[in-house]
Amino acid sequence: MVSGTYPPKAVMAALYLFLIKHYNSWRKTNKYLQLRYTLFLPVCTFARTMKFIMRPQSTLICVILLAFTLFASSCKQERKLPIYGLRDTKTVKNSDGTQGIDTVYQTIPSFKFLNQDSVYITNDNFKGKIYIADFFFTSCTSICPVMHRNLKMISEKFKNNPDVMFLSHTIDFKYDTPSVLKKYAQKLGVDGPKWQFVYGPKDSVYTLAEKSYLVAVNVDSTNRDGYVHQGYLVLIDKDKRIRGAYDGTSAEQVAQLEKDIPVLLAEDKK
Amino acid sequence: MRKFILISLVSLTLISMFYSCQTAETVQQDAYYVNGRDLYIKHCQNCHGAKGEGLGALTPPLTDSVFMKANKEKLACIIKNGISTPVTVHGQVYEGKMPEFNLADIDIAQLIVYITNGFGHKQGMYTNQQVESDLRNCK
Repeated sequence: MVSGTYPPKAVMAALYLFLIKHYNSWRKTNKYLQLRYTLFLPVCTFARTMKFIMRPQSTLICVILLAFTLFASSCKQERKLPIYGLRDTKTVKNSDGTQGIDTVYQTIPSFKFLNQDSVYITNDNFKGKIYIADFFFTSCTSICPVMHRNLKMISEKFKNNPDVMFLSHTIDFKYDTPSVLKKYAQKLGVDGPKWQFVYGPKDSVYTLAEKSYLVAVNVDSTNRDGYVHQGYLVLIDKDKRIRGAYDGTSAEQVAQLEKDIPVLLAEDKK
Repeated sequence: MRKFILISLVSLTLISMFYSCQTAETVQQDAYYVNGRDLYIKHCQNCHGAKGEGLGALTPPLTDSVFMKANKEKLACIIKNGISTPVTVHGQVYEGKMPEFNLADIDIAQLIVYITNGFGHKQGMYTNQQVESDLRNCK
């Protein structure tokens, strides 16, 4: 037998050094950091909090803290609408001379279409306004009547606000001439400068729909009406960016649109 | 006095039992009405609206009881073949075109039971056979 401590001191020292070394290198790995933040810290904090709460004299402090948290959470943060579409970046010069990166958002390109009064309508008609765009055709019997029933309800809610406009594009480039659109608008009961019904050649309207407003439209000879399209009501802000798309046939989404319009209007006020 | 109460209670029970029984026709009408509502939602509601209120001057409402009563025999033809002649509903002229809906007779019967008994109307049953004979008289 070998006398002395067991295991021998030298072995223990080696083991200790080994552990320290590996512990230190392990501490530097991402794995450790991850564990530390996801497991160790919450557990320790929770344990400490529990210990603190268990003390009888801290009840009052707890009540005050709880009340404060509730009060703070009741103050809702201002809602902001998202910005949709593709994004790009560009390098810009800051005011102090340094260079920075800025985001370029997708915007609606310039367009020129005939409206229901056979007057050309361009982006300038929507300058400084927010508007809701959609795609339809007058002989449509499927989703368009529902979309326009709902959009008409929205337009009546905002009829006194000059900053809100409506833009309906027809996708029936054969039949829906301005005079047909005029009759449609009159019959729908919304004929006025606030709600524009526009007619344009197939190429430009279809490209604008799919590339810019992100609404699918197409000619479909198998469909009874001859065209198929999505029923989105697309919300466009003053900077021509897409801020929302709502299914015009769904009552809930239309209600959401109605709530989102004031949010967007408030944003521009600042 | 006791006799009187007893007799009136018994007769009341009997009368209420009698009235709560539905005739075979009412049961069938209810079945038609329910199926008709589904068909209405599928084929008609987009334009005519959930409450039959129509849409502006584009689509006439279905709430004109006088019109519905006077034109009951034409309803089957209008649904089956569509209509492009102007119609006057609630005193307003609607000139749009309604497309044709190529439905089976039974579906048309159910649809007509729904639209002539919903929206504030109460015109009762409308059968398959009536659809058939009405369709024969289409102009």
